[in-house]
Amino acid sequence: MAFEQDFARHRRRARRVFAAVSVVLAVLFLLTAEASNFFKITQVTLADGSRAERWVIGAGLPRLGEYIAKTIPDLGWATLGGDIATWFARWQIWAVLLLETILIAFMATVLGVIGGFILSFPASRNLAPNRWILWLSRRYLEIARTVPELVFALIFVFCFGIGPMAGVLAIGLHTAGALGKLYSEANENIDMRPLDGVKAAGGSWSDMIRYGAVPQVLPNVLSYTLLRFEINVRASSIIGYVGAGGLGQEFRTAMSYQEYTDLSALFVIILVTVTVIDRLSEMLRHRVIGLEARA
Amino acid sequence: MDRPVLSLSGLGRTFGTTRAVDAVTLDIRPGEFVGVIGRSGAGKSTLLRLINRLIDPTAGRITFGDTDVTALRGRELRHWRRDCAMIFQQFNLVERLDVLTNVLVGRLADHGFLASMAMRFTDAERTMAIRALDRLELAPQALQRAGTLSGGQQQRVAIARALVQSPRIMLADEPIASLDPGNATRVMEALRSINRDDGITVLVNLHTLDTARTYCSRIIAMRDGRAFFDGTPRQLTNDVVRDIYGTDGLTGFDEAVTSTRARPPRLRETA
Repeated sequence: MAFEQDFARHRRRARRVFAAVSVVLAVLFLLTAEASNFFKITQVTLADGSRAERWVIGAGLPRLGEYIAKTIPDLGWATLGGDIATWFARWQIWAVLLLETILIAFMATVLGVIGGFILSFPASRNLAPNRWILWLSRRYLEIARTVPELVFALIFVFCFGIGPMAGVLAIGLHTAGALGKLYSEANENIDMRPLDGVKAAGGSWSDMIRYGAVPQVLPNVLSYTLLRFEINVRASSIIGYVGAGGLGQEFRTAMSYQEYTDLSALFVIILVTVTVIDRLSEMLRHRVIGLEARA
Repeated sequence: MDRPVLSLSGLGRTFGTTRAVDAVTLDIRPGEFVGVIGRSGAGKSTLLRLINRLIDPTAGRITFGDTDVTALRGRELRHWRRDCAMIFQQFNLVERLDVLTNVLVGRLADHGFLASMAMRFTDAERTMAIRALDRLELAPQALQRAGTLSGGQQQRVAIARALVQSPRIMLADEPIASLDPGNATRVMEALRSINRDDGITVLVNLHTLDTARTYCSRIIAMRDGRAFFDGTPRQLTNDVVRDIYGTDGLTGFDEAVTSTRARPPRLRETA
């Protein structure tokens, strides 16, 4: 009896909590939808030229199809070779820019890994030599990763001029912030006993890190780094939009000259590149993990 | 023989409100083989960590000859840690590094920043490490990863690491608590050989009374952070033991229950 009463009370409470949470979430959802103009009514011109009131989503969706339709090139079976040649007419420029895009991603990843790796140790709660260094390095990494690459790129284009240099620095800085955070989380999960052993043998703080911590986190570091390279290829393909080198500048040119088919060609190039690099780095990561498991 | 004496005077360490080590005053003479016994939580580990300066005391002083150990900072502190090597219950090796590098960690106190970051060691240091490993019968495993060795082998690697520090004192914190009887005996024999053949002072925490009686020339018992008994194994009578461990209603006390004894093999004497 007592148990059944208890159980019923328990059930009632769980239901009340569920209902309350649902109501709160629904209200939040409606508020954000309203704030983002989800319920806006807009005027549209109908086919016969008259004006009408329509819900914004209903009015806008057809235009998405329109835009995509514009970017699709004219490809005919009979003239396929020639059509593709026209579609990719600027391939020589794009090939050079694609190479530049990948090189920007590579350089930026290298710089970011160096910065993030070194800073991840003072930014780990269990390894920082004191609270001030922990605080400083954590704030630095936070700033580096919260500011988007595009914003850094705008600043660096202003400082160092238009070109890949600005892109490398922008993505590199952001990468250092993002990787430093991931690395430091890996650092915080290590076994501290080897570090005690190094310390007890007379090793300095850097010896403790080099001999005690680094061997433990190395597989994680490798895996995160490859993952980051994939992300950076995507980032460097758009960063040229603000003049920081790579394919992105062609997006801007194509949009301002309304060369819609160029956009789809660029999209295809980036899709293929990113897919290929994703696959390669995934294979490499699995190799690393596989080696790890066997050793 | 004017080798320095290790003196603790009024040494204490509090964690929050707990007095882990409370006003311990002791003299450890060179060449002694001292066993520290006591219940879990009696402050044995803290005492050893205080001596090695892995943790700082909240009261009292440690001196070694004319050196005030409690005042050491920076490079001098690191040299003190080198001179007073430490072995841990869980070995504290870097499992992902090879055995040889693990032993060479014992040489880091004398290394500069760049050489140590590049893991560069001299031929002389490598020779020293191999000798130490050979003495502990582990030379064939030198290039294996430390994590692939058994517990007993790992503890002997840790002893080799301590040996290449060329220490004057060797501290061992429950070195055989996670080992089977055979390996425990080999480790204790190694410590005995280091004490007798190399003249290194050994201070070892033990939780098995018969091991302490077999190997130690002097036994210190700790209770609630204080040095409760200090004497020869012979002076450690059953009444004293009952006081140390506070057997709470247990009428008998059988040392064989906790025994990890096995027949000692002869350890090679080299180096």
